[in-house]
Amino acid sequence: MSAAGSEFAVELRDVRKSFGKTEIIRGTSLGVKAGERVAIIGPNGAGKSTLFNLISGRFGPSSGEIRLRGERIDGKPPYEIARRGLARSFQVSNLFTRLSVFENVRCAVLYSMGYRYAFWRFLADLRDANERAEQVIAMIKLERRRDHLAMNLTYAEQRALEIGITIAGGADVILLDEPTAGMSRSETARFVDLIREVTVGKTLLTVEHDMGVVFGLADKIAVLVYGEVIAFDTPGAVRANARVQEAYLGSVLAQGH
Amino acid sequence: MARTSERLTRRDWFVWGGFAVVLIVAPLLWRSSFAQTMLSQIGIAIIACLAYNILLGQGGMLSFGHAVYSGLGSFIAIHALNLTSKGQLAIPASLLPLVGGIAGLFFAAILGYVTTKKSGTTFAMITLGIGELVASMSLMIPEFFGGEGGIQGNRVFGKPVLGITFGPQIQVYYLIALYCFISTAAMYALTRTPLGRMLNAVRDNPERVEFVGYSTQHVRYLAFMISGFFAGVAGGLGALNFEIVTAEVVGAARSGAYLFFVFLGGAAFFFGPIIGAVLLVIALVLLSELTKAWLLYLGIVFLIMVMYAPGGIASLIMMNLRVAVFGKLNRLWRHYIPLAVAGLVALAGAAAMIEMVYQLQLNEALGPEMQFLGLTLDAKGIASWLGSLLVLAVGVALFEWLRRGFSREWNRIQEEIANEIAQREAAA
Repeated sequence: MSAAGSEFAVELRDVRKSFGKTEIIRGTSLGVKAGERVAIIGPNGAGKSTLFNLISGRFGPSSGEIRLRGERIDGKPPYEIARRGLARSFQVSNLFTRLSVFENVRCAVLYSMGYRYAFWRFLADLRDANERAEQVIAMIKLERRRDHLAMNLTYAEQRALEIGITIAGGADVILLDEPTAGMSRSETARFVDLIREVTVGKTLLTVEHDMGVVFGLADKIAVLVYGEVIAFDTPGAVRANARVQEAYLGSVLAQGH
Repeated sequence: MARTSERLTRRDWFVWGGFAVVLIVAPLLWRSSFAQTMLSQIGIAIIACLAYNILLGQGGMLSFGHAVYSGLGSFIAIHALNLTSKGQLAIPASLLPLVGGIAGLFFAAILGYVTTKKSGTTFAMITLGIGELVASMSLMIPEFFGGEGGIQGNRVFGKPVLGITFGPQIQVYYLIALYCFISTAAMYALTRTPLGRMLNAVRDNPERVEFVGYSTQHVRYLAFMISGFFAGVAGGLGALNFEIVTAEVVGAARSGAYLFFVFLGGAAFFFGPIIGAVLLVIALVLLSELTKAWLLYLGIVFLIMVMYAPGGIASLIMMNLRVAVFGKLNRLWRHYIPLAVAGLVALAGAAAMIEMVYQLQLNEALGPEMQFLGLTLDAKGIASWLGSLLVLAVGVALFEWLRRGFSREWNRIQEEIANEIAQREAAA
C-alpha cells in the first residue's frame, strides 16, 4: 500500500504481543483517521499501555502490522518512529531530571528542527529552536519555572512538562498515556483544557481512566479488554454498547463516574 | 527570574583569561626543572581528565579503560616521531599531539563502536575487557609496544623553527599549555552544542531521548570518539614530553587513575576534572616520593570522598560559593579552621601507624627505628603505637564533635538561603 493512499494516520492490523507464554495483545486491529481524537479505555491489565509501547516502538509486536500514515513502523526503534512525527508521553513522568525545564523542552525540539547531532553549532545561536522551546513553555504555563531543574518541579508541573516534551517536536500524531493520572479534580479539569489546546489539529490517542476526561476529550472511544478491541465508536455509541456495558463500562459507571 | 545566559559573559571572559594567564605565568613563578616537569604533566593530565569526563560526567558512561585511547595515541605519536627522525615522514614536533589525537579518534571509532552499543554496567564491563585486551596485546606485540623497555624517541629533530627546537623543557611546556588551552576551550564548547546537550539528556534519561528522535547509541558513539580524540592528544603530548612510551600507558592503573581523579575533582562540573588532574600529578609525582604507602592514602581519601562528598571537590567549592554569594561564608570559617586542625591531628596519628607498618614490612633491614614528623618512632615499641593511637583517637573524637556543630550551622545556612530564594521568587 502506498503512503499517500492511506486513509488512516495510525493503523493496527491484527497486532499481537506476547511476553513469554502470556499473550497481552491478542489480535488488535484499529484505524485512527488523521485529526481524530481517540481514547483507549479498558480495565486494568487490558494491555492499554502495552499497545502504546508497541505503537511508539518501545517494544516490537510479536506479529501483525502497525502503520503510520500508511508506512509500516512495527519493529522500528522509537527514535525512527519519533522522526516520522509520532510522539508519546508516559504514565510515570519521564523527564531529563538534572536539566532545566527549558533544556528539557529544547532537547525535544532539536532533532525535528534539523540540528540532530551537531557539535559544530552553539545552542545559543539556534534561534528557531530556542524560540520554539520558549513558546512551548508558555503553552504549558511553566514560564516561571523555566530555569528550574525538572527534578525540583511539583507533580502537576512535571506532568505539564511531560506533555510539553511530547508536543514540542511538532509531531502530528500524539499518544498520551494517562496524562491526568494522580491529579486532583480541579487540576484535571485545567489539564484537559491544556491538552485540548496543545493538540489542536493533531491526531490524538490517549489512555485514560477518568471517564470525565474521556468523554470530554475524545471523538471516538476504543474499548480494550484482554488484549482485544471490543468496540470502537463514538462516545454515545460506546456507552450504549451492550458488550461494553457488560465487560467494563457498566461497572465503571456504577462506581459513580 | 533571571535567565541563565548562554553567551559568554564578562565573568566567563575573566575566567578564561585567568586560565590562560595561569598557564603562561606558572613556569615563570616556579622555575626549577622539577616544577617545569610537574607543570607539563599537569597540562597533559588536564586534557586527559577532561576527555574522560565527556564520558563520565557528561554522558554518564563509566569507563574502566580510557587509557587505551590516550596510550595508543602515545604509541602512534612516538612511532611517527621516530619515522620523522629517520626521514620517512615529515611531521613537525608541534603537530605530533594531533597525530596522537587522530590515533585516539581512530581507535575510539573502532573499539567504541562495540563499547557504546551498550550502556550502564554492560558498557563498563566492555571497557574493562577492551582495556585488558589492549594491555595484554602490549606484551604480545613488542614490535609496536616496545616490550618491557618501551619505545624511545628524540623530540629534537630537523631544523629549529623560530629558534624552537623543543629541546628545553620550557619549550615543551608551552606547547603543552597551548594544546591544553585549546583542548579545554573546545571541550567546553562541546557542552554548549546540540550534541553536548543531548549527551546530558542521555545521561539523565536514555529512554526518553529515543522518543524525541535521537539514537542514544549514536549520541554515545559520537561522544566516545570525541573523548578518544582528546585522550589521544594528551597521549601524543605525553610521548613528546617523556620521549619514551611504555606499555603502562595503556594499562588498567592509568585507566583507574583517570576515573579516580576525575571523581575526586568532581565529575558533575566542567572544571572538576581540572582539579582532579592537578591532584593526579601531585599524587603520582610528589606523594609517591614522600611515602611508600601513597596508594593506601589515596584509597582512604577516595573512601572518604565517596561517602561524604560524592560530588567531588568541585561540588564542595560550588556549595561554598553559593554560601558566599549569600554573604554567609564568614560564619563557616570559624568551623573550617578547627575542623582542619582536628583532621590533621587524626591524620598524623593514622599516618604514624601506617608508616610504622610499612617500616616493619618493607624496610626491615633499616630496623624498627624511624623518623616521623621530627619524632623518632619505634615501630616495635608499645609506646609509639599507643601514642599514635591516642593521637588518632583524640583527632577523630575532636573532629566528630566539631563536625556536629558545623553540620548544624550548615543546615541552618541552607535553610536561610532557601527562604531567601523563595522570598525573592515571590517578589518577582
